[in-house]
Order: sequence, then structure tokens, then C-alpha cells
Amino acid sequence: MAAITLIEAVNMAMAHEMEADNEVVVFGEDVGLNGGVFRATDGLQQRFGEERVIDTPLAEAMIAGIAIGMAAQGMKPVAEIQFMGFIFPAADHIISHCARMRNRTRGRLTLPLVIRAPYGGGIHAPENHSESTEAVFAHIPGLKVVIPSNPSRAYGLMLAAIRDPDPVIFLEPKRVYRIEKHEIEDNGEEYPLGVCFVDREGTDITLISWGAMLHETKQAAEKLAAEGISAEVIDVATVNPLDIDTILESVAKTGRACIVQEAPKAGAVGSDIAAEIAEKGVMHLLAPIGRVSGYDTMMPYYRLEKQYMPKVEHIVEEAKRLVEYR
Amino acid sequence: MTTIAKFEVKYVQYLDEHGQLTTDDVPAIAKDFTALKKLYRDMALIRQMDSKAYALQRTGKMGTYAAATGQEAIGVGFGAAMNPEDVLVPYYRGQAAMVQHGVRMEEILLYWGGDERGSDFQNETARQDFPIAVPIATQSLHATGVAKAMQIRGEKRCVFTEIGEGGTSQGDFYEALNVAGIWSLGVVFVINNNQWAISVPSEIQTACETYAQKAIAAGIDSVQVDGNDIIAVFDESQKAAEKAREGGGSTVIECISLRLCDHTTADDASRYRPDGELDEGWKKEPLIRLRKYLEANGQWSEAEESALQEEVVATVQQSVDTYLNTPTDKPEAMFDYLYDELPERTLAQRELAIARGAK
Repeated sequence: MAAITLIEAVNMAMAHEMEADNEVVVFGEDVGLNGGVFRATDGLQQRFGEERVIDTPLAEAMIAGIAIGMAAQGMKPVAEIQFMGFIFPAADHIISHCARMRNRTRGRLTLPLVIRAPYGGGIHAPENHSESTEAVFAHIPGLKVVIPSNPSRAYGLMLAAIRDPDPVIFLEPKRVYRIEKHEIEDNGEEYPLGVCFVDREGTDITLISWGAMLHETKQAAEKLAAEGISAEVIDVATVNPLDIDTILESVAKTGRACIVQEAPKAGAVGSDIAAEIAEKGVMHLLAPIGRVSGYDTMMPYYRLEKQYMPKVEHIVEEAKRLVEYR
Repeated sequence: MTTIAKFEVKYVQYLDEHGQLTTDDVPAIAKDFTALKKLYRDMALIRQMDSKAYALQRTGKMGTYAAATGQEAIGVGFGAAMNPEDVLVPYYRGQAAMVQHGVRMEEILLYWGGDERGSDFQNETARQDFPIAVPIATQSLHATGVAKAMQIRGEKRCVFTEIGEGGTSQGDFYEALNVAGIWSLGVVFVINNNQWAISVPSEIQTACETYAQKAIAAGIDSVQVDGNDIIAVFDESQKAAEKAREGGGSTVIECISLRLCDHTTADDASRYRPDGELDEGWKKEPLIRLRKYLEANGQWSEAEESALQEEVVATVQQSVDTYLNTPTDKPEAMFDYLYDELPERTLAQRELAIARGAK
């Protein structure tokens, strides 16, 4: 058993399913010999051949469109969009067709496909390479939007995404692609979609996050512990459909909630979580719901990137404000 | 300076507007009167269906509808060239081909009548066909995906997809042709050039002499046919389909016709259509010329014509009755096909919709 990174875990999961199921095919820009610009598909073409690991022409709408056609035939395409910033030409296919096909054919045609895309900031990338636009797809009924926060979860959630009978948008927080390694046995055991994970138990406040920002959130929990504040940490993992029950259960216990997201604050996944807590858990609240997020601005170019990103101290500060709230 | 590439676009017509063959060198279908009579009947059926659908909309019994009056030879012609196991990826004016490939008329009426069940095609030959694509040109890419699956699995099937000439301005159409060329996919792209994209004529749509030539830049074959000549449409479609099934790649078939109706029931073409165009168009439409051809060959009589009209009216009426007698689905149907398994959070909304009832 090897210790591997998040990106290697994505690779391992895809390889596992390609080995197990001939109908799984991988395609996208530069995914073949090059193994993807982040190496997510490294070695897959050598192992599974050009018919199943396919370099496409440079056209994102086409990548999504091809995935829909193949999936409607019962294949299980895993398509890569090289960066989430380039997913918007494909959005028409994802929103107008992927999400709707099962419903509009009353279950006659279903689309068991996965569209993967690295997303988020923090790697000094060029313009349009760093945004966190998960809310765009989280808003769409019929889609599942999954965001792993660490290598183990990337492996288990990717397996589940490929096996899922419905379209899954799998967003990979590229800032943490190689930040840590987990010992992962390639045993094909999946993690459930649509379920939050409680990463740390606590009693004073619930910190809710997903993706790369979970790392800051966990560090904040450590710092709070040193100050005698016991924080529970939840990894949302699937932002659509949202497992609100796990979050409400935790908030009922702690009485305080702070949502941490890299995305802009307005109209975001965090807004939805806050609204659900307000709607269904307000009687448990001892303090207002807190949100630590990116600003409602463009993701700046990389010189100001650091100033945009929520940091450990911001989370600590907000958590303390809520715990001390009277 | 050296010329390194040269291209040409062929135009095919066998049956002119007077119902006369334009050449002696005709495909077999031109002499297969049994087959031609069937195609004539199927065109008459679609014309009747469109006319009835219009009436349903005008009397408040159906929503917006896009008729294909005058363009029946296109969908009927290429639809007839499809094998049952081929897959159709239609566009919103695609009823002629859909019915050819086994979609029931009542399903199409149900779709435009605001009911998702209209795309749950029941006949076996249409089970894998795509539902109508309303977003323009997206279907072109879905067709390439279906063809890619067939190619990976080594199946001798092909995909037909239809698009309006206006739709060929979309990037999706070019992307589809491009990948179909690179991967040698088995797709037949049929362009229904009815000369109008709602109110926009071809001179605002393209600087090209033909829409068929858009295939050239993608490295795939193309041909332009008289879309009101069902012999030409059928024969070119059949050749393209055989080539596609045998791994010979895609073809673009541009079918030139004229929209003899409004864009949809929500449109009023008199606002933009030049005077006289309709009168001229009705002289060239596909049914009359085929009837004249059959008559000239002693294959059609007044009696057969009345019997046919009676039959298509009755057949369409049957579908209309089925459509009108289909009760509205239960409110929970909104939820039941969202996912394989409905998420907890949405389950509560489903219960709410049930509790609120059908009102």
C-alpha cells in the first residue's frame, strides 16, 4: 500500500474502474500520452489503449456533448475539462441536457457520466484558471456535484461518481492536489455521494467546508482547540444534492455554525447551507450563522490571490466571535 | 504560387418540380413504385399531422408547435433510409424522421402538449433515439457521441441527426463536424435548409454558396440535394448511411427546401416573407411532384388519392384522440425522474407537492 496524493488517487480510481468495467472510457484534452496537464490520467492510455483513453480536439462543448451521446448508449464516460474556467462552453450541454435527460425522457435515457475539472485558486495560475464556481452547477437539479478534500475521499468518491447512474460533476481542488499523501489500498471501496463527512468531533461550534478550504478549516479547529474551543468539522463533499441532515444534527449539538468557502459569498453553496440552518435549525442556534468566504469580486490575478483567499486566522476569528456571542 | 487543395460541391436532383426525371441515370428507388407510394403516403401523413397540430394549438388544445410543411421529403426521405437499429438524434422540427423511425405521433403531440412522457418513446426502434433538442445544434454533438460509442463497440450502426440551416451557424455544429472527421464517425448530418431561421434568410446566415461546403473544412464528405425531391434525399441518405455503418465516416447532406409555414405557431411569417414566395414555393413542394410522377407512370389514380387522404386523416385523428385522452401526470412526476434515487432533501418537497395536490 502506497501513500499517494489527491491527484494520484483520482488516477487510481479511474484505473480501477477501467479495469473492472470495459464501458468506462476516459477522454479530454491532453489526457492521452501527456497524461493530462496535472497528470490525472498519467499512464492510463499506455495501460488501456487509445480506444479507451482518448485525446479529443480542443472544444469543451464537444467534450460534454460526446459524453452525453456515449452515456445515452450505456457507456460510462469520464470526461476531463482541463480547468473549470473552461467549462462554460460545455455548460449548455451540462445544464440543458446532462441534468435533464432522465427527467425529460421519463427514465428512458439516462446518463451515467462523470465530468472532471480542476478548480479553485492558490496556485498562481493565469486568468480564468482559479475561480470557484461550484454554485453554478450546485443550483441545477438533476446534477450531482462532488468535491473531494483529500486523497482517500478522492479515491472513494471518484469510484462512486463513475458507478453512479446519474451525471456527476467532479470538481478537484487543485491547490491540494499534492499537499498531502494518504495510504490508500486500491480495493475498489467507494464513499457514498450525497453524504457529509464529520472530520472532527466537537461541541462548541460546527465548521462547515469543502474542497481545499477544508485544510484551513481543520487548522483553524486545531488553533481553536488550543484556546479551549471545541470545533466540529464537516466536509460537505457533495454540494448537490446537499446532505443537510448531518449539518443540522451537528448544529443542534454545538448551537453554532460557521461556513467556510473559497467562492464569493453571494448566491453560493454557503448561502444555501446558511438558509437551511436558519430554516430548520434556528431553535438550536446560540449565535448568528457565520460565513467566511471569498469576496464578491473577481478572482484577482495571482499577485492579489493571497489577499482574496480566506485564511486560518479569519476562520478562527469568526469562530471566536460566534462562540463569544451573547 | 501552387494550388494545394481544391474542392467541389455536387448538387443532386432526379425529380423536378413538374414530376419529371431530370436524368436517365436514376437510383433504383426511382423505379420502385411500391416504395415510392409508401413514401408519398408517409409525406401525406406528416402534412396532415402538422395541419392537425396547428389546429390543436389554435384551439387551445396544444402548446407551441413547429410544423414542417413543404419539407416533408427531407425527414421522410432520410428517415426511410435508416435501419431500425440506427439512432436518430432529432431537432425540434424533426417529426417526419421521428415518425419514420418509430416515434408515435401521439408522443410528439404529447411533447408539444407540455408532457415529458412524450419523449418516452415506446416503440422498440425508437427506444435509443434522442428526444427533441430545443437548444440549437447541441444535437449534432450528441450524435457524434452516440457514433463514438458504436465505433468503440464495433457495431455496424449509424446515427442520423437533423439541423436547420440557421443551426449550422452554431459552434456546436462545427465542433461536431470536426470531431466526426477526425475520428471517422458514422454520422449522417442532414441540414434542413428551409431558407428561413425564423425571420433570418440565408444571406444573413452565411457567406457560403452552400451549407454543404461547411463539411469541407472538417474533412468529411458532403452533398447538396433538392430537398423536395424525395428520390434524391432517400438515395443520398441511403448511400451515406451505408458508408457510415461500414466505418467510412460521416456525410453532410444539405437538403434545399422552403418553409411553407410559419416558424412555429407563435410566429407570423407575413411580417418578413417577401410577396409571392409562398405561391412559388407551393409549385415546387415535394408531394405534388411525386404524385405527378406516379400518375405519369400509371401508378396513381384519383381513387387512390381519396383513399389515401381518408386514411391519413383517420390515422392522425387516432393519435390526436390518444393525445387528448391522456390525463395530466401526477405532480410527483416532477420529482420521480430527477435522479435514479431522489435525495432526502428533495423527498420532502415531493411530499409537499403531493400534499398540495393537483390544483
